[in-house]
Amino acid sequence: MNSESGVVASENAPRALVAGHGEFANGLVSAVQQITGRGDQLIPVSVKDLCVEDIENLLRQRMLDSNVRVIFTDLQAGSCTMAARRILRGMDDAVLIAGANLPTLLDFVFAEGRTAPEAARHAAERGRAAISAHGASA
Amino acid sequence: MTLALYRIDDRLIHGQVVVGWGQPLDIEFIVLVDDSVATSDWEQELYRMGVPPEMEVYFHTASDAITAIPKYRADPRHGILLTGDIATMQALVDGAGIEAVNVGGIHSRDGRVQRLRYVFLSPVEEKQLRSLAARGVKVTAQDVPGARPVALDDLLAGGDS
Repeated sequence: MNSESGVVASENAPRALVAGHGEFANGLVSAVQQITGRGDQLIPVSVKDLCVEDIENLLRQRMLDSNVRVIFTDLQAGSCTMAARRILRGMDDAVLIAGANLPTLLDFVFAEGRTAPEAARHAAERGRAAISAHGASA
Repeated sequence: MTLALYRIDDRLIHGQVVVGWGQPLDIEFIVLVDDSVATSDWEQELYRMGVPPEMEVYFHTASDAITAIPKYRADPRHGILLTGDIATMQALVDGAGIEAVNVGGIHSRDGRVQRLRYVFLSPVEEKQLRSLAARGVKVTAQDVPGARPVALDDLLAGGDS
């Protein structure tokens, strides 16, 4: 139950970590919460000031503590993505989605009935398809 | 063109390098000098997947890099040379002669003191940076191109943190 929105997240609702540069994670989770009331399905992780090894250790620990097997990150070359890929090497049931955006996370939090990895991959496609350009031509 | 930037960054290839510096400097290749990465195919693949397809990444141990640097300097493209620590850059300065070094990111770890938002140094690392400067190398800290370069004396005095 989210106390502000009154939304009840099903036990089957998928959960994930969100990590990236600056306030990326907190910002996106805040936006998901505002739009859907389901922000508590996502765990924002800040890696400010951390060295590479500590980023990896922090993400791994959060995944284990929360029993979450999905990580959304912002940038293919980002430190969080690199760390997550190292973690996945020893965690066969986990999935990383790099380049996540708000439509990605919105699709994910509503994907009840799918496994979290299935939901993550579906959300990645939705996020990709949600990008469009408007206005003056190049 | 040449190697446009010699950077110490313990995150090696990441967003600031690929996008922050890569875009404005029109970087087409990265020379990653790290003894551990240079001997791991898996780590090399990891870093290759972090860059756009048009950007090449070359991996070297410190000793290999010393002989390879002249080739990269003569390359018509723009490149960045990266090391993950000061000691490796020190070896390259000694072996290949480098005029300016960018301290781009040395992050929090036990035994290090924060000098800038993105630079934490142990006493040994401070001495290593002073040693670079004593050899005539211009050492500045700057995480991204739009930031103010911080001279070594200011960095060791606490910088702008």
